[in-house]
Amino acid sequence: MQKNHSNNSAHHPGTGNLTGQQVSGRRLLGAAVFTVSGFGIAILSNWLLPQVAETTNAVYEVGAVTLTRNSFYRLVLLGIMLIYALGGVTAWFNDSRRPRYVKQAAFRFAMGIVLAVYDLVATKLALTPQPFFPGPAEILESFLSDGSNIFKNMLYSLRLFGAGFLLGTLLGVSTGILIGWFPRAYYWIYPVLKITGVIPAVAWMPFALTVFPTAFSAAVFLIIICSWFAVASQTSFGIQNTPKTQLEAARTLGGNTFYLVFHVAVPQAMPQVFTGITTACASSFTCLVIAEMMGQPGGLGYYINIAKVWAAYHKVFAAILVMAILFSLILAILGAVRSYVLRWQRGQFK
Amino acid sequence: MSDVILELKGIDRIYTDGDDPATATTVEALRNINLQIFEGEFVSIIGTSGCGKTTMLRLIGGLDQPQAGQVLLRGNPITGPDPERAYVFQQGSLFPWLTVEQNIAAGLKARHVYRQEKDKIAQYIQLIGLGGFEKAYPHQISGGMNQRVAIARALINNPAVLLMDEPMGALDTFTRADLQDKLLEIWEQNKTTMILVTHDVDEAIYLSDRIVIMTPRPGKISEVLPVRLPHPRDRGGVEFMNLRREILDRFHLASANPQPEYFI
Repeated sequence: MQKNHSNNSAHHPGTGNLTGQQVSGRRLLGAAVFTVSGFGIAILSNWLLPQVAETTNAVYEVGAVTLTRNSFYRLVLLGIMLIYALGGVTAWFNDSRRPRYVKQAAFRFAMGIVLAVYDLVATKLALTPQPFFPGPAEILESFLSDGSNIFKNMLYSLRLFGAGFLLGTLLGVSTGILIGWFPRAYYWIYPVLKITGVIPAVAWMPFALTVFPTAFSAAVFLIIICSWFAVASQTSFGIQNTPKTQLEAARTLGGNTFYLVFHVAVPQAMPQVFTGITTACASSFTCLVIAEMMGQPGGLGYYINIAKVWAAYHKVFAAILVMAILFSLILAILGAVRSYVLRWQRGQFK
Repeated sequence: MSDVILELKGIDRIYTDGDDPATATTVEALRNINLQIFEGEFVSIIGTSGCGKTTMLRLIGGLDQPQAGQVLLRGNPITGPDPERAYVFQQGSLFPWLTVEQNIAAGLKARHVYRQEKDKIAQYIQLIGLGGFEKAYPHQISGGMNQRVAIARALINNPAVLLMDEPMGALDTFTRADLQDKLLEIWEQNKTTMILVTHDVDEAIYLSDRIVIMTPRPGKISEVLPVRLPHPRDRGGVEFMNLRREILDRFHLASANPQPEYFI
């Protein structure tokens, strides 16, 4: 069976396909050195180049270790370097991983170089307007100076997102099934869905904040309606498009309505349900951050707002960095669930 | 003569297209159909497209209702689909999200007898000769294998009648011949009454005890021909060819008095 890897690596017809080609140990070693050297240059430039622009250099005690902004930054770079080196080691023992590792080398090298230049321009020389464009070390410093606060707000965001998105998806799938299967439900509910669906969920904010007892429940409500629409409409389309032959086959096999809905229509609609869920997930991120910025006592959006008031733009960027990692992680988990549920489709479309 | 298992009495089926009675067009798919089918019999229904043969099968399957007349199974009128009348569709009726063995088990699940009868699954996979493909999904196996799975899925419910609507219509000649033999083997083993809709004259002669010939506009039975040849039948035999010519003649596809051929 062919593994579906459309998620992580796009295949472009013109870029030369490395898969299927043997990569020699020598070539792999070269790629590993190349990969790591970009970050090596970033570390060295941070360490060796003199600090030209004026700056304060706070010292942080983390456990038994004493860290400054620069040493922490270099530690993080070293960590990334080690992860990539480890990737090279696994590729050494696993031939199938080699082509991809070699292919990624140039980009990873470039990342290190960009960081080195960025560090030089923003921190060492302070050529970028301050404090709006802090250097990478300053952004990372936020985790030292305000780490527990960022973590607390991240958990708040996660809790809010989890509650709203899960409830919205659940509600969306159930209304989708209802609308898709029962013509009467379609007649009465679909117009409501169609009209409320085009309203950006955050428009309900003032209303939600008045009606709901807590700010948290108000934001959960917003995320629910935000994800509900996409999931419900895609699910109902999927259910409605159930091939007639499959339904008739199920009836001649002795299936009742419950069987037709939950053993034929729903599994058959799963690809579209997941399209809806993925769309809902992306719009829920937007809704989450806006909701937090507009009236939550916590969350990454709230944190950005507060940091902005204090002109602590390095903290703004730190929160954005956390969002990037957190939301990518959520999308990756969703992708994994999707490819597990839809494993029957693997290799179907070539 | 054995007992009548299935009886069609004075069936009319008219399709109306459009809601407005002034402009609606009506198609008389079936007019006054009367037919008796006996226990354990293999009956084929042949005819040109649009002669109502699929409509007739759908009425027996309970997937459609007649305007007039009755379909009786052992004397009881048919009101809807039921696993006692298993149905094999032309193609695309398997559930693509289920593996071969899960597809075959679908009927057991639908009837809530999966726990008691799941041992039958392996037996039916053997019956259709798909051992080793239990965990394959429908898109991973050939069209012929798909239809074999559809037949096994229908048979596992232990039906009184197996209805097949051009199950081999989309298959190539060799796969088709292979599946026909498989079907005969199953028929001889299980003694299930089988009704096959087809437009392949050879297939009808090769498999059936009786061939029902239908004509279109309005769809009605023009003739019922018995096939009195022992199994296994020789597709190229004289009697086979004579019967073939006789049937093709009904459709004006063969001339009863062949023109002399000239060779230069």
